[in-house]
Amino acid sequence: MIRSVLAQQSRSKIENEHPASSPLSIHDMTVAYHRKPVIWDIDYTAPLGKLVAIVGPNGAGKSTLINAVLDLVPKASGEVRVFGEEYRKQRDRVGYVPQRESVDWDFPVNALNVVAMGLYRKIGWCFPVMRRHRQTAMEALDRVGMADYAKRQISQLSGGQQQRVFLARALVQDADLYLMDEPFAGVDASTERAIVEILRELRERGRTTLVVHHDLQTVTEYFDHVMLLNMRLVATGPTSEVFTRENLRKTYGGKLALLDQVGHKMTLGESGG
Amino acid sequence: MSSVEKRIGFALLVAVIYLGNAASCIAEPLDHSHSTRPPARSLSRDRLEWPALSDVKRTLLLRDYNTRIVAIGTTMLGAAAGIVGVFMLLRKRSLIGDVVSHSTWPGIAIAFLVMERIKTDGGKWLPGLLVGALLAGVAGILCTKLILRYTRIKEDAALAIVLSVFFGAGMSLFKAVQYIPSGSQAGLNHFILGKTASMVSADVWIIGEASLAILIVIGLLFKEFSLLSFDDKFASSQGWPVFRLDLSLMLLVAGVTVIGLQSVGLLLVVAMLITPAAAARFWSDRLGRTTAIAACLGGSGAFCGVLLSAMFPRLAAGPVIVLTGALFFIISLFLGVRRGVIVRIVTHRRLKTAVGRQHILRALFEYLEPHCDPAAPMSSQLVNHIVSANELLPMRSWTLKRLRHLLRTAEKSNFIAVVREGGYRMTNRGAELAHRVVRNHRLWELYLIEHADIAPSHVDRDADDIEHLLAADIVESLERLLSERYPHMTVPPSPHAIDSAPGSTIRQSTS
Amino acid sequence: MNSPATLNSIDSTRRSAAGRYVVATLSLGACLALAMLLRKALNVCGWDAYDTWTVVTAALAAMACSLPGVFLVMRRQSMMGDALAHTTLPGIVVAFLLAHSLQQAGWISSATYDSWRHAAMFIGALVIGVVSAVLTEWVQKLGRVEASAALGVVFTTLFAVGLLLIRLKADQVHIDPDCVLYGIIETTVMDTVPNTQIPRAAVVNGLVLLANLLLVTLFFKELRISAFDAAISTTMGINSHAMHYALMAVTAATLVSAFESVGSILVIAMLIAPAATAHLLTDRLDRLIAISLAVAALSAFLGHLSAITLPSIVFTRLGYPEVVDTSTAGMMAVAAGGLFTIAAMFGPRYGVISKVLDQARLSRSIIAEDILGLLYRMEEESDATALALNQLTAMIGTRTWPTYLAARGLAASGDVAVRGSSYELSPPGRERAKRLVRAHRLWESYMAKHFDLPADHLHESAARVEHFLGAELREELAAELEDTAEDPHGREIPPEQG
Repeated sequence: MIRSVLAQQSRSKIENEHPASSPLSIHDMTVAYHRKPVIWDIDYTAPLGKLVAIVGPNGAGKSTLINAVLDLVPKASGEVRVFGEEYRKQRDRVGYVPQRESVDWDFPVNALNVVAMGLYRKIGWCFPVMRRHRQTAMEALDRVGMADYAKRQISQLSGGQQQRVFLARALVQDADLYLMDEPFAGVDASTERAIVEILRELRERGRTTLVVHHDLQTVTEYFDHVMLLNMRLVATGPTSEVFTRENLRKTYGGKLALLDQVGHKMTLGESGG
Repeated sequence: MSSVEKRIGFALLVAVIYLGNAASCIAEPLDHSHSTRPPARSLSRDRLEWPALSDVKRTLLLRDYNTRIVAIGTTMLGAAAGIVGVFMLLRKRSLIGDVVSHSTWPGIAIAFLVMERIKTDGGKWLPGLLVGALLAGVAGILCTKLILRYTRIKEDAALAIVLSVFFGAGMSLFKAVQYIPSGSQAGLNHFILGKTASMVSADVWIIGEASLAILIVIGLLFKEFSLLSFDDKFASSQGWPVFRLDLSLMLLVAGVTVIGLQSVGLLLVVAMLITPAAAARFWSDRLGRTTAIAACLGGSGAFCGVLLSAMFPRLAAGPVIVLTGALFFIISLFLGVRRGVIVRIVTHRRLKTAVGRQHILRALFEYLEPHCDPAAPMSSQLVNHIVSANELLPMRSWTLKRLRHLLRTAEKSNFIAVVREGGYRMTNRGAELAHRVVRNHRLWELYLIEHADIAPSHVDRDADDIEHLLAADIVESLERLLSERYPHMTVPPSPHAIDSAPGSTIRQSTS
Repeated sequence: MNSPATLNSIDSTRRSAAGRYVVATLSLGACLALAMLLRKALNVCGWDAYDTWTVVTAALAAMACSLPGVFLVMRRQSMMGDALAHTTLPGIVVAFLLAHSLQQAGWISSATYDSWRHAAMFIGALVIGVVSAVLTEWVQKLGRVEASAALGVVFTTLFAVGLLLIRLKADQVHIDPDCVLYGIIETTVMDTVPNTQIPRAAVVNGLVLLANLLLVTLFFKELRISAFDAAISTTMGINSHAMHYALMAVTAATLVSAFESVGSILVIAMLIAPAATAHLLTDRLDRLIAISLAVAALSAFLGHLSAITLPSIVFTRLGYPEVVDTSTAGMMAVAAGGLFTIAAMFGPRYGVISKVLDQARLSRSIIAEDILGLLYRMEEESDATALALNQLTAMIGTRTWPTYLAARGLAASGDVAVRGSSYELSPPGRERAKRLVRAHRLWESYMAKHFDLPADHLHESAARVEHFLGAELREELAAELEDTAEDPHGREIPPEQG
């Protein structure tokens, strides 16, 4: 009988939870700011070689999820595995496209410099950017249709072009798993199309891509898999199965007020027992 | 290598040769006899006395041993400060230098006390004092970080508190140290306002070595620091130790500040970090060049400042260096070729002129359009009509004065010709341009209507050819769409109705 | 309605009423004792009227500064205060020069020279305050320079101008840059209003303090809204630009009046530190102002006290008995820093220590509740109802020591009964445990309904959250769920009562 209680308490074996074949598996991850959980108990295993949309209303914790996976914000609990190992050991296999607003576009660099930043890790400490690195960066710019703008200072690019530069920076990393934070936010139609093309190309080459996405209209057209998020994981799976009216209503039908209240209690640190 | 880079390189070369020449003389003070300044030349101490020509010459040629030393030291310092300053500017942390410099003060006093305890009258050993200053400066930064980490106080208040409390502690220690009978504490307060004149070659060596070390570190970590300054989130996701990189950048700031204490003093050394960097931003849009320019501006500002203060003994070097830097800043603010005010005004003007020209041509085109035979090519018909200013007035919401001005400028550029008083006719050149402008404009308009969601923001819809900004397939589809709707026109017609009554006032050209 | 919680709360209110009385009496006594001690202590270190006036002058200056400081801190423009402290230097110098030349020209008599000079300084400060703000904004807008860099360029330049002016006109202006930078409160106090002991500077600072107080009371609403949200205040017809310039001018004028006492660098400490300290202690603007005034006055007192006592104590140890005192202004800044540190450490809500204590208290109560829950589940599943300490520790997964403390705490409150070396639930403890397990299982059911989570993952989250689900939240959870009889694992959810 003690054993049964203990069994309930004990954690399931991590090896079972994190199959090495999965590009990204998240196990019971909670992320909290000042003790208040922003996302609750996410348990998710990404399918290999698929395009996954992370969908949810504003403040649902979509960016927080990506930031927590990348160790940019601390996790309150839970674990993340990238290809069966800790993220720290698999950094080279993960490409990241942050939100466009996260940087100062007045910075004195040109598009090519920004793309080359994706190679810095490969170049290593103290070594300068060489001609061949610049060539690689140029190729990536070409892939996103920005080769003509390589020498432009980044503030002179339009929003969509800036986004393409960010995408190119992730592409030069040649990663196996890509995490993109709202790459379609505020871009023009042709950029959107270019990005989708790149995403499909990545999928054809067997790469997995998780994209924070806002536009519900295009989800079924662009993505194979979807992850519906609103402070907790509402549903996940192939778009055709999961992207249903019922699930969307659950996702967008307001926040769960209780989660907010409980979170607030946890911030105060008052035990309610 | 662009011409700007060549010019910078040349300037650097000249400076290096100039200073190198001078530096070779450091070892042996050749003309020490000259170095003692002539006695006070004037009884009235109120006025800024002008130096004799010979003095000017001697100063400029760095014949004076003392001037030479001080100039070399501060120039190196200025260059190092300029470079470090660029990164602080880009990280939006310019004022951290102010905190570091104020925080060094108690460090100097404590270092003095410690060394005095070790050896009587040994308290003024400069490297020791500088190490104390460095440690205190770093402690200041750490205090700021602690306040930000553990309290709800925002950055600005944290900076102000650390700065003033450390400075207060320094003041108190310093006042207490004054009572110590050894007497070697005299001159410690030179660190506050700086006293370049008291520099000796040993000090310059310290400054030189430290500057060199700072330059090497920046050179090695240039890539890392630029990534940190541009996108620290991405850097962190890539596994760069962002916190440690940040700290080492702070350490460099502390280093620059500490070696700057002697020449400009702790109250003003922050200017050497901020001003050249801010000035350099006006000259370039590239990080490498900005850094090089900041180094040049910082170095030459410091150099000029030292020479000026050598020529006018009543001008203390510290403030003069700062003011020279400020002068460079003002010059850059207006004349800078990338972001300078004048360049921006000129660009703005040029854009306005271009836009005005496009407006007038489009107005002409759209006014004439209904009167042309749709079957024949437009451009050849456009030149046959005469239009008056009054007829063009309702085409756009412009005043008659503005319209006349635009017509005048268009005539000057040979886009239209005056046929008779108040009658204008398009030239072939004008008709061609009008054709292109209208075509672009309408394609853009159609694009906006068809793909209404979001359009690129930085676009001049008349001037920028749509092909350059949109994918070829989109342009093709737009053009197909247009030619399907209006198969008879080379220039796509405006998708919206043009608000002007197609008057019957068109006269055939008399010619 | 005699659940333990209600009983507890009645008890605690009764206790707190009595407690308040005791605390009030005790603190009154403590204050008296402290005052007597202080008097004695002050006598010992040779405190006299001169020291009192020094403190009064410094305190008035510090309090005058802390008022505009509050708004600088709230508007996140503290470094603007730092900049103003530097830029007042050219203002002062120019004013001195002007007064001097007027006197030379015979326009003002030597008798009234001082008051003219003061007036000129005030006007100079007002002007320079606005000028620095405008210049900074120009550089920022015209050159698209980042705000703090623009500030840095402007204030260093103006300060350098001031320093050069002093050097060049040293004979006319009679300003020792040292006095301006570090203050000479020691001698300003000597300069008294004729026939009294009151220092002239104390009068000036007192007047400035009064003026500032008046301004703050008159424009409290406007200041508050524009500090809170400039955009909103503009839509409400309060020009935040004008407010900004006015604040800059008032700050500069205050700084000028204070610089003779504390020096132009250390006024930054008086400007920002009291306001920041108060910000650590309260969230309400009116209290914030009151506390920062108190902190300012206290740092003046502590600063002067330590300036005349500390050095001899410290430096005698170091072997320099010659050191008798040190700069009051400097020590005032240090004292302000010390008060700030104390507030940061011990502040009741935002203090580091209180946060740590809160955390410790929380984790202890969580362990205690874990013990209760564990014992309850044991009772549920088997006949064995008592567990030894080492069993508890192993099952909860903490270390022995915290478990022991928590268990002792439970025993003391009567929630568990100690039987030999084992612990078992007592009736009130069982009630508590029941509520806890109810919370746990309700939460599991809730998650099963709303979360996309496998059933075997529910427990961990519930174990974390159960501690924060009070009666209200439990009720809401129950209302949200259709079935509150069983949890997703098929275990019974205990009812709220009985």
